[in-house]
Amino acid sequence: MYRLYLLLFMLVTSWVQAGEWSGYLALEGRYFFQEALDPEQEDAGLSFSVEPEYYHEWQDGRQSVTFKPFLRLDQHDDQRTHFDIRELQWTYAGEGWESVIGVSKVYWGVTEAYHLVDIINQTDLVENPDGEQKLGQPMVKFSLERAWGTLDMFILPGFRERTYPGEQGRIRTHPRVDTDQAEYESGAGNKRTDLALRWSHYFGDWDVGLAHFHGTGREPLLYPGLDHNEVVLTPFYELIDQTSIDVQATKGEWLWKFEGLYRQGMLEDYFAATGGFEYTRVGVFQSDGDLGMLAEVMWDEREAQASTPFNNDIFLGLRWTANDEQSTELLTGVIYDWKTESKLFNLEASRRLGQNYKLSIQARGWIDISAEDVLLPLNHDDYLQVELARYF
Amino acid sequence: MKKLLLLLLLNSLLVTGYAQTAEEQGLAIATEADLRDQGFGDFRATMTMLLRNKQGEESLRHMKTRVLEVADDGDKTLIVFNQPRDVKGTALLTFSHKVGDDDQWLYLPALKRVKRIASRNKSGPFMGSEFAYEDLASQEIEKYTYKFIREDQLDGNAVFILERYPVDKNSGYTRQLVWIDQAEYRPQKIEFYDRKKSLLKTLVFRDYQQYLDKYWRADEMFMENHQTGKSTLLTWEEYTFQTGLQDSDFTKNSLKRAR
Repeated sequence: MYRLYLLLFMLVTSWVQAGEWSGYLALEGRYFFQEALDPEQEDAGLSFSVEPEYYHEWQDGRQSVTFKPFLRLDQHDDQRTHFDIRELQWTYAGEGWESVIGVSKVYWGVTEAYHLVDIINQTDLVENPDGEQKLGQPMVKFSLERAWGTLDMFILPGFRERTYPGEQGRIRTHPRVDTDQAEYESGAGNKRTDLALRWSHYFGDWDVGLAHFHGTGREPLLYPGLDHNEVVLTPFYELIDQTSIDVQATKGEWLWKFEGLYRQGMLEDYFAATGGFEYTRVGVFQSDGDLGMLAEVMWDEREAQASTPFNNDIFLGLRWTANDEQSTELLTGVIYDWKTESKLFNLEASRRLGQNYKLSIQARGWIDISAEDVLLPLNHDDYLQVELARYF
Repeated sequence: MKKLLLLLLLNSLLVTGYAQTAEEQGLAIATEADLRDQGFGDFRATMTMLLRNKQGEESLRHMKTRVLEVADDGDKTLIVFNQPRDVKGTALLTFSHKVGDDDQWLYLPALKRVKRIASRNKSGPFMGSEFAYEDLASQEIEKYTYKFIREDQLDGNAVFILERYPVDKNSGYTRQLVWIDQAEYRPQKIEFYDRKKSLLKTLVFRDYQQYLDKYWRADEMFMENHQTGKSTLLTWEEYTFQTGLQDSDFTKNSLKRAR
């Protein structure tokens, strides 16, 4: 028995050594410009995160294993302090097909401001209010690549709950969301197996994707509830059927983008869409830099009753890519709700320092948020975030 | 008499040879160079770029590349970044075309997102280096018009000197001066002239190696920018030809798998 363990240990270590490790460590500081609504909340805080990645391939890359855990330690928010397995997957690819088994991440869509049709992975909202960080999703994915396009079939066993900031955390609702009281329409709760199908292809300078998702929606409805004697919001996850389309036309300097969906749920059925363009001028101001102008419209049939703030909004933005050795980038813009006149200002910039460090700055401000807007509680959460990451 | 006839014949041949316009001669040389490189099928290689600025500060880029030859059109190319580490796993897929814009997709591993990108930015720097995208792109005959300038010597070897003019209006160059050795039709040196027609960069090819007894590839390509004082040394390693790559290795899906 002992010998068997030793053999197993040697096998595992030799296998681990055969692969490669990479990833990053990061230190982040956030400063909030206004005093918090809740005395439990702090106006500044530090946070540490690490995301190593192990990758091993064999059979000329046809088979591979990826393991990517993630850990964040937050100074104040016990909900933002969290661990997640972003990826733990075995990929096997043949000629014209590919299978992925394990925990993985999948992205659908083309637009920049609001990722409407992207649904496979749950949002890791404590990471960033922009919703771009995702939790790992257990899945079996099988893809066929043929002359008529790529067909991805997903079996998604197990549901991941959306993360929400805790009592001490900023950029949250008032009252806070109590994730311990999550409820489901499905009798299987978070053990339900969801299904999805996506076809994608390109025709000349057009890229098209059609998809259908059947299962527990990733976006919860929030209902008032009680945690002991404290008023809280409790998430309710309904079963949905979502059919979506995403299209991009790449016409020289112009990228034309559209995402649309029809969602059927317990409460209502509705259409939603987002789309616009990105126009890029290369080599502007006698430099190597590119300047992009972005404009996107967001619309939701439910209008004021929509669960998303992006129901009657327009996004206008500028993207500056310096194309220098440090890969300096800047993206800034405003999302304006033409019904409530609420405005969300956003700035993201990054630059490599030396060979292995990267400095990122993020600033967000919620201005003139109307009382009818679901973003109202964020009115007091304007912030500046600075992150220094060391890549290895 | 026979000798005289032969001489006459040779002379008339030479005359017809000279009757070729400089443009026809330039195109003929470019066509011959292209012909000699046809049939490689596919290859893989690693690329290391050493970037140096005017102050002598250096930074490093490391990537893997796979190229698939496409008959009657431009090649398919996949480039996967390994260094700097913050862009590790980022991959670029290009379907180049003899005529018109190339198709290009960029894979961003942090978001797992594949983005179709505007391929118009040919003149932009590749990863902050002195190489523009168009300098590294598949060199199809149709992408330029040509003019033969003269025969000359370069480092003791007989060379042809041609000028070529990019067809694409989005090119960063008005013209390029190319030195091609007469023995093997390999580019030895290229001078790039910018939109204001002044000398911008010089590219020198070093240490050619022959693969499969036919295909010549330079181990080093040194690009010097005369206007900024910056330079990039591109080193090619681990060249392997005809490795069995296929169309299915150059898809949006394979872009996500590529390492």
